Amino acid sequence: MSDELIRLSAAELGEKLAAGDVSSVEATRAHLDRIAAVDGAVHAFLHVEGERALETAADLDRRRAAGEALGPLAGVPIAIKDVLVTKGMPSTSGSRILEGWIPPYDATPVTKVREAGLIPLGKTNMDEFAMGSSTEHSAYGPTHNPWDLDRIPGGSGGGSAASVAAFEAPLALGSDTGGSIRQPAHVTGTVGVKPTYGAVSRYGSIALASSLDQIGPVTRTVLDAALLHDVIAGHDPLDSTSLPMAWPSMADAVRRADVSGLRIGVIKELDGAGFQPGVRQRFHEALELLERGGAEIVEVSAPHFEYSIAAYYLILPAEASSNLAKFDSVRFGLRVTPDGAGTVEQVMSATREAGFGPEVKRRIILGTYALSAGYYDAYYGSAQKVRTLVQRDFDAAFAKVDVLASPTAPTTAFKFGEKLADPVSMYLNDIATIPANLAGVPGISVPTGLAPEDGLPVGIQFLAPAREDARLYNVGGALEQLLVAEWGGPLLGRAPDLTAHELSATEEGAL
Amino acid sequence: MARAELMDFDQALELFEPVIGLEVHVELNTTTKMFSSAPNPANSEFHGAEPNTLVSPVCLGLPGSLPVVNGDAVRKSISLGLALGCSIAPSSRFARKNYFYPDLAKNYQISQYDEPIAFDGELEVEIEGGKTFMIPIERAHMEEDAGKLTHVGGATGRIQGAEYSLVDYNRAGVPLVEIVTRPIFGAEADAPALAKAYVATIRDIALALGISEARMERGNLRCDANVSLRPRGHEKLGTRTETKNVNSFRSIERAVRYEIQRQAAILANGGTITQETRHWHEDTGATSAGRPKSDADDYRYFPEPDLVPVVPSAELIDELRAALPEPPAARRRRLKGEWGFTDLEFQDVANSGLLNEVAETVAAGASPASARKWWTGELTRLANASERDVAELATPAQVAELAALVDAGTLTDRLARQVLEGVVAGEGSPQEIVDARGLAVVSDDGALIAAIDQALASQPDVLAKIRDGKVQAAGAVIGAVMKAMQGKADAARVRELVLERAAAVQ
Repeated sequence: MSDELIRLSAAELGEKLAAGDVSSVEATRAHLDRIAAVDGAVHAFLHVEGERALETAADLDRRRAAGEALGPLAGVPIAIKDVLVTKGMPSTSGSRILEGWIPPYDATPVTKVREAGLIPLGKTNMDEFAMGSSTEHSAYGPTHNPWDLDRIPGGSGGGSAASVAAFEAPLALGSDTGGSIRQPAHVTGTVGVKPTYGAVSRYGSIALASSLDQIGPVTRTVLDAALLHDVIAGHDPLDSTSLPMAWPSMADAVRRADVSGLRIGVIKELDGAGFQPGVRQRFHEALELLERGGAEIVEVSAPHFEYSIAAYYLILPAEASSNLAKFDSVRFGLRVTPDGAGTVEQVMSATREAGFGPEVKRRIILGTYALSAGYYDAYYGSAQKVRTLVQRDFDAAFAKVDVLASPTAPTTAFKFGEKLADPVSMYLNDIATIPANLAGVPGISVPTGLAPEDGLPVGIQFLAPAREDARLYNVGGALEQLLVAEWGGPLLGRAPDLTAHELSATEEGAL
Repeated sequence: MARAELMDFDQALELFEPVIGLEVHVELNTTTKMFSSAPNPANSEFHGAEPNTLVSPVCLGLPGSLPVVNGDAVRKSISLGLALGCSIAPSSRFARKNYFYPDLAKNYQISQYDEPIAFDGELEVEIEGGKTFMIPIERAHMEEDAGKLTHVGGATGRIQGAEYSLVDYNRAGVPLVEIVTRPIFGAEADAPALAKAYVATIRDIALALGISEARMERGNLRCDANVSLRPRGHEKLGTRTETKNVNSFRSIERAVRYEIQRQAAILANGGTITQETRHWHEDTGATSAGRPKSDADDYRYFPEPDLVPVVPSAELIDELRAALPEPPAARRRRLKGEWGFTDLEFQDVANSGLLNEVAETVAAGASPASARKWWTGELTRLANASERDVAELATPAQVAELAALVDAGTLTDRLARQVLEGVVAGEGSPQEIVDARGLAVVSDDGALIAAIDQALASQPDVLAKIRDGKVQAAGAVIGAVMKAMQGKADAARVRELVLERAAAVQ
């Protein structure tokens, strides 16, 4: 019973809850049991709030019993990336500098999932302040890919993706600054969506790069992502970059999925050198399926995408260097006092020295430099110009096609330590995902199968014009339907049985 | 602190031309802060709150919090910009000014940098004595205030030598407009007075617009004065100092004067001026060196990515422009003409800061002369005696009512002063006090004649003198009658009646 519950999609679980076949307490307990069983090996969670989750679930069951009208995800458990602040629950953003800090308020997306009756299970692991593509930069140790525990689960939101892939939660919230939702989805065989910039409030999301960050769903099915998207999207007066508009239902877009006549543009710059053969193979098979489903596949060019990474690694550190200045020990978080005393500058300095990891320091230094007088125009200014050119590439492409497609990331999950010593090769992992953040357009990653050469999952990324998120759910939903029919079941059904690792994880001393 | 060597002011002016530049910060009196819904301590309703009680995640810079621009602050900033004769930017942006300081919750200040909301204005300023200057305004931009540090344990209350410091974030995020002038040339010996008059004019504008409490002692209005000297005949501007912490109109004048004298002494001795921030000390009347400041200070400004540009509609700007009050200098000229005051009379009112009170009293029906008389005379005396603000003692309507009672002959000046004491004590309106205290002039001739006849009867010698034509002798009788009437009689009428009765009685 318990294993059946955790393998249901959120939509299916929601239906069973609504029908009274299962209670939220049962569903929540099943997921907590699963976390207890496998998270020693996976380490998707930084913090599990079991008792509070069960109380919330019991309360939800009472409300349902009292006849209260509830949404489709009411009573469904959810994991929350630690980048989002949660009232009364630790929120570290994967950093030592926030260890022990308990926020006095909820991020808007968290408020929305609570209001929709979802049950927060806890907080998921991530690269420190969302800087990374592997979770190896988490101050609390890495998350392991459920497909192969020796490999990275992607990043920065590896915890959210792994929690969903390991059936520890049916849903998770993530944040995507340059691919932190989509790239982990790609390497874990899950679905991840970065909505249009401004579709979901950033209020309460611990900022990495304000002009790039966006909160989105992490799930196992496209419909689940759509249902969660419908919960968290919408204008928030607390975020002035939040779009003041009404959104169509993404879930409806999935349910009515139909690609006949849809023009899909393949970005030629993201379909060649540097991409693993198995990644490209599954990508093209997916396109053929869509073509058979009635879509028209055309090649498009985005000549400025090759400059995206360079521009991104100036804009992101610049904004991050300023956003992270508030971590100074004065009002919250870690405080390190050198030799028992010191001026406020010395305390700030010692705290930041002890509290930030090497990748965070690297980017703060980069960003501080890029914004300095005399360098601003050459670095930050030029990067903003590239950003405009990337936006124009998108405009030109979307004049010809409805959606764009590429592999989500160049390779399957790499092994721990493989790219740690070479930051630039780590940065290149985000080549396909970064342009969407620079332009503010939405993107989805949908699993396309396992790469033949290593048996690891890969995904396809679709991109749509800003505010046209529904197109992603249409094409993503259609592809998923075609693929699952071909596979004869969900891809994650083929993932290793993690309970076999339970013992070895315990022996290892729970990573 | 050793007092610096100063050159005689007149001598300094002979050798050097003073160039000043003024930065004025105006705290807006919006209900909430610049970027959050926390209550604004610069609004009188929230003034004086306990430390760290007027805060939200936004003004504490908590992780995840985001700023949202206060629309009312934008409207008030536009009004101020328009009143300063500025152009209003169709689109302006906020920027981050990055520096680490514990009173700055985010370790960056959200300000405006290369795209201020208002720019290129000018303001007519009249100094004491009536001379006017046009002050060129470079820009007026919106920003947030920082918190307040209290240094504990040191002898001076300053950070040097303190054991620890306390931070109050109530002020963090208070909406500010910073108004920056271009260099002001040609003020010469009037430079100190002009600096003071400029800030006073900004206060008048802020009050007339209702956008700030504009109280310098509360820090609603703060002035940093830049002063430099250039030798006569030189083109190149001298090195400037920026004097901060100047918290009263009088100190602005004194601080500018002091810096002119201090810099002149250094330059005349062949020294050089250090570009630096200086602090004004009210007690010693001197400035002291603060932090060295150079144009190379790197705040790593960049556009604030959490905020969208401020794009006020043309309709809004037109609406705010139409609602602007008359410019202070023009208003003074108009009022002086309408009231028919001499220069001296007008200065008397203006320098006492009673222009609004007198104008409102005249509007309520009093003659300009009596409005001036009561405000600058008895009410100012009462205010000085009780150490209260004269404007708090009575309303213009009450003063106008009092003046009307005097004009109607119901009150003598002496009685009116008693009534005013009642008004100040909060006993009610002048008429109510007249009724309650029974202070009205006795205008019943019957009662007066009875008293006069009695006085004449008791002073036959005086009566004889009057009959002999020595009219001045009537004073003794008038005095006796006024005393008998307890002062509640019109002395002129009493005199008339005394002469009548002296001729009539047998």
